[in-house]
Amino acid sequence: MRAMGRDDGAGRVDVEQTPVAGRRSLPHHRRMQSISPPGTTARSHDALIEAIAASGDRTAFAELFAHFAPRLKAYLLRLGADAATAEEVAQEVMLTVWRKAASFDRRQAGAGTWIFTIARNRRIDRLRRERRPEFDPSDPALVPAAPAEADQTVWTGQVEGRLRVAIDALPPEQSDLIRRAYFEDLSHREIAEQSGLPLGTVKSRIRLALQRLRERIDDLG
Amino acid sequence: MADDSPAFHPDPEAILAYAAGTLDEASSVLVATHLALCPRCRCESARLEAVGGALTTGLEPTALSAGALEAALARLGDPEPDAPPAPAVVRYDQETCQAVPEPLRSYLGGDLSALPWRWRGFAVREMPLDIAGGGVRASLIRVRAGAALPAHTHTGVETTLVLSGAFQDGDSRFGRGDVATATHSIDHRPVATPEAECLCFAVIDGPLRLTGPVGRLLNRFVRM
Repeated sequence: MRAMGRDDGAGRVDVEQTPVAGRRSLPHHRRMQSISPPGTTARSHDALIEAIAASGDRTAFAELFAHFAPRLKAYLLRLGADAATAEEVAQEVMLTVWRKAASFDRRQAGAGTWIFTIARNRRIDRLRRERRPEFDPSDPALVPAAPAEADQTVWTGQVEGRLRVAIDALPPEQSDLIRRAYFEDLSHREIAEQSGLPLGTVKSRIRLALQRLRERIDDLG
Repeated sequence: MADDSPAFHPDPEAILAYAAGTLDEASSVLVATHLALCPRCRCESARLEAVGGALTTGLEPTALSAGALEAALARLGDPEPDAPPAPAVVRYDQETCQAVPEPLRSYLGGDLSALPWRWRGFAVREMPLDIAGGGVRASLIRVRAGAALPAHTHTGVETTLVLSGAFQDGDSRFGRGDVATATHSIDHRPVATPEAECLCFAVIDGPLRLTGPVGRLLNRFVRM
């Protein structure tokens, strides 16, 4: 089976490609040297994580590592880690992907999103030395979503690829602030102080950008 | 279902910072506890995590040192590294479990009825919580039915999440799951509604200054 036309959940839409071209193009790692044994079909990132969960597939891990570890290192460097720490934490995140693969659920988040949340939490733990508080989905006190809302959006890797395109299509002053919100450990007040913009301007630009991205995601739901 | 859903939410920037992982721990506890009570904001947080996933995977890759993959492969069989020391497991009573969702519940360290509350005036009790984070105060606050919360102005931003009961602030009524955000420019005086005691979780960045005669007296004790 070839991944053409239809979404295979891969989310391998490269930044420079248009959404349509991205969907039709061959998956990213098919164009790179193949780690898979010859004759095997290219697998999406989601499927690679699922293969680790199902059978401890080391080849799948190697493929994921080749794609994500250098991006995780870049993420950690952007947030102020030194090179050695960034590399160490990127390794730890990938090992967590291996150990926690069984908890990955492509209906809840695509591979890139899931791995981002692991890296984010690891950074808070290692670099900020704080805990990452999260709600407990099995807590009886949790207010459940109405059935109609529950499966409003299916989180496929496709969403991530399309979001990258949508972020690049934002006006530069908006996409710049969105990037700073994720890649600089600053409050919005600190971002305002550093950029010399009034806090209200920072907030309204971020809100406008989020509104556009929200529309983009909901189009895909 | 609609009746259960909060009407007042954290600022969009707070949910963004929570999803991005740049929010301080005390404010993160507040946002995450609101998420437990608000399906709408849970959905928004999931969207913003997808934005984080898209941004991170869109970064220009930085090569790892040679042999990094082999090193990782060699460690796949390793036992799980020592997890950070987990907080002692506390079993909470029913009142506490119902009123206080996770993750806030884990920060209490005891049942609501057993915590060492401190009186702040005649109708208000406060239980400061020890949550990491520079310059941010986090407290549980219980206010007797019908009584006013301590009048104060802020030098920073105060964010309050209602856990049980409700309070009225001007024209707005804040019930379970609602989040009120007050800035230093507002000298506000919320009042607990008459039906029941109001239990809140408040996070204040910047020192609090109480106003009014009792407030001025209390300032000496509140200052930490």
